[in-house]
Formats: sequence, C-alpha cells, structure tokens
Amino acid sequence: MAEKKIKIIVAKPGLDGHDRGAKLLSRIFAEAGMEVVYTGLRQTPEMIVEAALQEDADVVGLSSLSGVHNYFFPKVVELLKAKKLSNVLVVGGGIIPLEDIPTLKKAGIAEIFGPGTPTDTIVGFIKANVKSK
Amino acid sequence: MDDFDYVAEILKGSPLAMARVMTWLENEDERARSCMEKIYPHTGNAYVLGITGSPGTGKSTLTDGVTWQLRNKELTVGIVAVDPSSPFTGGALLGDRIRMTRHSADPGVFMRSMATRGYLGGLAQFTRGAVKVLDAGGKDFVIIETVGVGQDEVDVMRVADTTCVVLVPGLGDVIQSMKAGIMEIADIYVINKYDRPGADQLFAEVQFRVDQDASIKDRAWVPPVIATVAVEGKGEDDLLEAITAHRTYLEQSGRLLEKRRNRINEETLQMIHHELFRIIRERLTKDSRIEQMVEEIMNHKLNPYNVVEKVVNEWLPASRLK
Ligand SMILES: Nc1nc2c(ncn2[C@@H]2O[C@H](COP(=O)(O)OP(=O)(O)OP(=O)(O)O)[C@@H](O)[C@H]2O)c(=O)[nH]1
Ligand SMILES: [Mg+2]
Repeated sequence: MAEKKIKIIVAKPGLDGHDRGAKLLSRIFAEAGMEVVYTGLRQTPEMIVEAALQEDADVVGLSSLSGVHNYFFPKVVELLKAKKLSNVLVVGGGIIPLEDIPTLKKAGIAEIFGPGTPTDTIVGFIKANVKSK
Repeated sequence: MDDFDYVAEILKGSPLAMARVMTWLENEDERARSCMEKIYPHTGNAYVLGITGSPGTGKSTLTDGVTWQLRNKELTVGIVAVDPSSPFTGGALLGDRIRMTRHSADPGVFMRSMATRGYLGGLAQFTRGAVKVLDAGGKDFVIIETVGVGQDEVDVMRVADTTCVVLVPGLGDVIQSMKAGIMEIADIYVINKYDRPGADQLFAEVQFRVDQDASIKDRAWVPPVIATVAVEGKGEDDLLEAITAHRTYLEQSGRLLEKRRNRINEETLQMIHHELFRIIRERLTKDSRIEQMVEEIMNHKLNPYNVVEKVVNEWLPASRLK
C-alpha cells in the first residue's frame, strides 16, 4: 500500500476579499507534506462541504477574518454530519474572540488557532488528530 | 460504514462512494480492487476529454467553461484535475477548484483534485481508475486536466478520447514545445488568452504547423485551432463544437473503437507490469534482500544483469522454459 497523505481543504468562508492568510496556510500545509485543496474566496458552508465530500478530505481548515465564524464554522460541522462525514476533522483560525471559542468547540470545531499560533502547533495538531479511512 | 455497499452506491452516482474509492486507488489500498472489478462492466459510456498545457495557461478556467456548456445541454460531468506533488516535501497545492466554484453546488458535476505523488506504477493508472469510477457513476463526460510537462502527463492524455492542448501568447517558443510530442497527442489546439498581445501571431504559427503536418502525414483528422478568452467565456462554444466534431469523426471512422482497443491493450499490460513489480518489490525489500544484492553488486560479486535473471527465475519458474 502506498503512503497515505493528509488531504486538507482550506476555505475562507464569508464575504471579505482577503485570502493572503489562507493562501499562506495552504503553502505551510503543503510544505508539511499534506495535499492541500484551496477553494478560494467567498465560500458558502455548502460549497466547502461539497468540496470535502468530493475530495474525500481528512481535514477542513476554516479561516475567518470577518466575524462570520459563529455562524459559518458550526454550519460546516453540521453539514458534514448530514453528509455522513463526521470523521472529518474541522479546525478554525483567523481573528476570533477568545470568548467565542468554547461555543465553537462545543459545536464540533476541534481546535481554534488564533493569529500568531506557531505553524508547527497547527500542523502537529492536525497530524495527531486525523482519523484513518 | 462497514455495511456500506460501495459498488451499488457508485452505480447510483453517490459522491461519497466515488470519492472514497478514488482515495483507495490513490493509496493503492487493497479495497479498491474488488470495487473496480465490479464496476468495470459499467464503464465505457463516458466520453473522456483531456485538457493539457503549460502551467497557468487557463486549463481550469477552460474546464469550467466546457463544463458549463455541457451542463446547459443537461449532460453530467466528472472532472479529475492532476497537479504535481513536491518531490521534496511530498505535499501538493491543488488549486484547480478555485476556477470551478460555480459548479460546486451542482449535483451534476463531480470534481476531484489529485496529486501526482511520484507513483511507481505510473500516474496514468490512477487517473484511469478515477475516470472509471466517474464513468460507472454515470457521468456523461469526464474531463482530465493535467499540466503538460513530462512523459507522465503525456501518458495521462492517452486515457482521453479527445485531447485539447492549450497554448497562450507570450510563453516563448511554441514551435519548440510543439516538437516535443505535443503534435502527437493534440486533437484540438486551443489558443487561450486571446485578449493578450501576440495571440494572432501565435494562432497563425500553430495553424501553419498543423497544415504542414497534415500535408506530410496525410492525417484523416486535422486538428482545428480554436481561439478562446476563457475568463470571459469567449470561444468556449467553438471549443465544444470542435470536441463534438472530433467525437463524431472518431465514432464514424471506427477510430474510437480502435483507440479504446489499444488503450485496453496498453492498460492490461501496464496493470500486469505493475502488479508483478509490486509483488517482487515487496519480497525483495522484506528481508533486506535488495540491500544484500546491492552490496554484492557494489563488490562486483554480482551484477544487475544476473540479478535480474536470478530474481525472475526464482519467482516466475515458467520463464526458464523459454
Ligand atoms: N487574460 C486572460 N487571463 C486568463 C484567461 N484564461 C485564464 N486566465 C487567467 O490565467 C490564470 C490561470 O488560469 P487557470 O485556469 O488557473 O490556469 P491553469 O492552466 O489551470 O493553471 P494550473 O492548473 O496552475 O497550471 C488565472 O488568473 C485566470 O484568470 C484568458 O483568456 N485571458
Ligand atoms: Mg488548473
């Protein structure tokens, strides 16, 4: 059997037009040996989950700068479940107030990484928590 | 999901099942084989289109446009977009989906990104597998996008019924790149980014080469040259028309059957090759035998030629008879 790769969807839900952060993260994940599907700007939760489904992703990484995380992140988890994809690890990042984190985690986001989190920490967390398929 | 019947689900077009079996193919997971065996009788219905060209020439944007055209005709589409893995990190950036977001909520389109991974068995085999999954899943058209650089990519294009080679103005010596095998695989030339300077000249150059080639080789199909501005959706209807014309030519001349027969021949041999290689490699690496052999070759006790003979005779006794 060939070596397995971690496949991660990097998505930027919401309406703001900045994706430098998401693009940088994509490169960091690729450098760490992952196969990264970058989906582009202005993704709806439905589009993100459809991508996760078709790509058979292990991980969905959500980045948000525009304050839409409280709606978008849990919605992605919910839609993943509805598509029988509850094994997919969902992580989030971007500008997210500390007080929102417990609610997001309760909604099924495995971890939230604030700005300035060392990339090793993010990569390490993903590698330790992906599920086999 | 142990009671999930992947074969039945693929035949129903389930994206979940198609996606998972594609992963198994990529991982060379044993679970792929029995599925592939069972879906095989249901393949051969999809028309396979290849789109290749240098990085950034607009292949994904064109794929998106052709998909749009096909969807307007109520045809379903599967897409396999292949991007290179980094030979250093093993990772890959798969960015083709960005250009296809308008189809992402359309159940009539299934899009899969694949990294090249440096497959020992050849990239073509895995692409072929993915195409079969989409085919069995009922897609009318399957589009393969690859960056046209190496032999691997040329091999991938042999999977396609119609291959489009995408060129753009301002990328240097086109005639040079047209010598390097492109002329053999192109059924249609697309001059994309026709909004850019130099497009007319490129068009004329390519047209000249095609005419020249046609006069030397007496080809029954002379590849048309199509101008497009993919970002504006311009010329995509011409492109689909050319694809349809090529398909009609293949079907009416009997070339499609011939092409598919050759493909099955090639594929079967490759699969045998791959499987034998896999078995023998596994055995040779198990007890570090390959390392011992390498040592002995280094010390001039053995050489690669008699090692080959020894290995082959050991595991394929029948070859001694010849
Ligand atoms: N000016 C112009 N730009 C175009 C045209 N078609 C595509 N592009 C742009 O060219 C860039 C690359 O387009 P893609 O469709 O991603 O090209 P690609 O060949 O799939 O790229 P890779 O998969 O990375 O090799 C994008 O920024 C497109 O918007 C066109 O007709 N004219
Ligand atoms: Mg592309």
